[in-house]
Amino acid sequence: MREEAVEMVRVPRSLAIDIFPVNWWSRLLTHVILVVGALLMIYPALWMLSASFKPSDEIFTDPGLWPHTFTLENYVNGWNALDTSFGTFFLNSFIVCVLVVIGNVLSCSLAAYAFARLQFTLRRILFAIMLATIMLPGSILIVPQYILFKNLGWLNTFLPLTVPKFLDTDAFFICLLVQFIRTVPTELDDSARIDGCGPFQLYWRIIMPLALPALATTAIFSFLTTWGDFFGQLIYLNDQSVYTVAVALRTFVDSTGTSDYGAVFAMGVLSLIPILAIFLIFQRLLIEGIATTGLKG
Amino acid sequence: MTFMKETKLPDPSAWDMQVTVEDLTPLLRQRRWGQGSSRTRKQNVVAFVFLLPWLAGLLIFTVGPMLASLYYSFTSYDLLSAPQWVGLDNYVRMFTQDGRYLTALKVTFIYVFVSVPLKLAFSLLLAVLLSKGLRAVGLYRAVYYVPSLLGGSVAIAILWRQIFGIDGIVNKGLGLLGVNGLDSWISSPNTAMLTLVLLAVWQFGSPMLIFIAGLKQIPSELNDSAQVDGAGWLRRFFQITLPLLTPLIFFNLILQVIGSFQVFTSALIVTNGGPADATLFYTLYLYQQGFGNYQMGYAAAMAWVLMVIVMVFTALIFFTSRYWVFYQDGRN
Repeated sequence: MREEAVEMVRVPRSLAIDIFPVNWWSRLLTHVILVVGALLMIYPALWMLSASFKPSDEIFTDPGLWPHTFTLENYVNGWNALDTSFGTFFLNSFIVCVLVVIGNVLSCSLAAYAFARLQFTLRRILFAIMLATIMLPGSILIVPQYILFKNLGWLNTFLPLTVPKFLDTDAFFICLLVQFIRTVPTELDDSARIDGCGPFQLYWRIIMPLALPALATTAIFSFLTTWGDFFGQLIYLNDQSVYTVAVALRTFVDSTGTSDYGAVFAMGVLSLIPILAIFLIFQRLLIEGIATTGLKG
Repeated sequence: MTFMKETKLPDPSAWDMQVTVEDLTPLLRQRRWGQGSSRTRKQNVVAFVFLLPWLAGLLIFTVGPMLASLYYSFTSYDLLSAPQWVGLDNYVRMFTQDGRYLTALKVTFIYVFVSVPLKLAFSLLLAVLLSKGLRAVGLYRAVYYVPSLLGGSVAIAILWRQIFGIDGIVNKGLGLLGVNGLDSWISSPNTAMLTLVLLAVWQFGSPMLIFIAGLKQIPSELNDSAQVDGAGWLRRFFQITLPLLTPLIFFNLILQVIGSFQVFTSALIVTNGGPADATLFYTLYLYQQGFGNYQMGYAAAMAWVLMVIVMVFTALIFFTSRYWVFYQDGRN
């Protein structure tokens, strides 16, 4: 009798697995693995943060996360460790990043509008060329561009890092914007055209406002990659007054060697704050941007 | 922010990349710009204005420099005196007389072949774990992504130099476990490469996010019905999930291979190519030759060889993709 009842309420196997107990344990196990993994992953970064508040001798003796003696000395020492203060380096980095953001947003949206909306001769060939430039390994351009900028007298200025961006050298964002503009319904264009809008007004008044999310993605990634860039800044900026944070950090660690890691870490932590702040503020946009396009691969 | 959902998953083969015969017909017919209707001409003028920055940039900063670089690669050029034509000397020297170049080539290949598969494996594993519909997925995803966000920076490279140093936290941590007297991981030729591979693998966040997006697209009915049919977890993974993810594996593989061949920051800051050139990555050696020794011609030749190598690998991945990349609409 009892066995029969059990027989009657037997649920399909797949459903049973979804309720418990196997699934409950597997979930717990997954959580444990994920938490341990996450701690391991994040530990170095957290340790750097904590080390930046430790006195120098403690950095080399204590792999723990909590400083026994809490000090701000590293930040004070680091800020003025080079001949120029880190304030200048941060300002320089910001200037470069903001100019790159403006350049990319303006120039890439112009080209993207043409590729997404306009009909013209050779459109598909030019589009293919544009895609090919995305795949081009950047190192092929280092030497000739350096010679070009040297001959123009642009070394030790921000021009080599910013001017090309006003001419669409980050073609990736054109592709991103083209994909987005194609999703904007063309009915809007038609009605605006009936109201007397020319192509330039269409671009500026209709497409640009509607493309705001994609423009935001472009701006965020332009900022992040420029802030994190090192190679370009390293070869074009050789004078301390124009150093960006990345180059300054390298000079700092080379000049102090291993003697004052605390101060180097302190400046390192500061250099990462803008990136983390942008990540926290725009997390969704950023994560979706990577997931759908492979940015920052 | 709805647009990302509407945007299709990155499927490179679906990009508007094919150039068909029709595109070329205007050229073949030798139709000149002036001969089109006035409407076509007007459209061309408008488009030209919009494309002007891009076209200018393409010529000035991409095509021009590439041609210049090709020319420099056949010269000896120290930036001070005019370039001197030396024919194929740079290329010959690279492969026959420059032992350090061959070392650079070797260690770069090792780095790419070890770090890329590991990185993809980790990102896939984590993506699968994070796609099980657990609680707090957003938090995990963010934490696992943070290393990718920060990892390419100079600050993290400096951190790496410390933690794998002789007094670094890795040795201290192992000391707590009873493993003492370890040397610096960075100054031993055997382990220096390992630290840089670890730094690369640590940044598996971006491919992970791409895989997570891909896993979301897999219809749950497929897994459900396989489960009802009695297919176990492992079998479902290898016969359903993995084949459906191959377009994204393909995409990530291309991105990672191109990126890894050009790794620079970590090698310069963490190891500076040492010890004994054990981590003399290609781009680092190019930098040393070009901007340390001012051998611009040699550096340009190195850049062209790297470009060919990367292109060959990309092409290989593309051509083999028909055998291992599975498209749901049966395109292959």
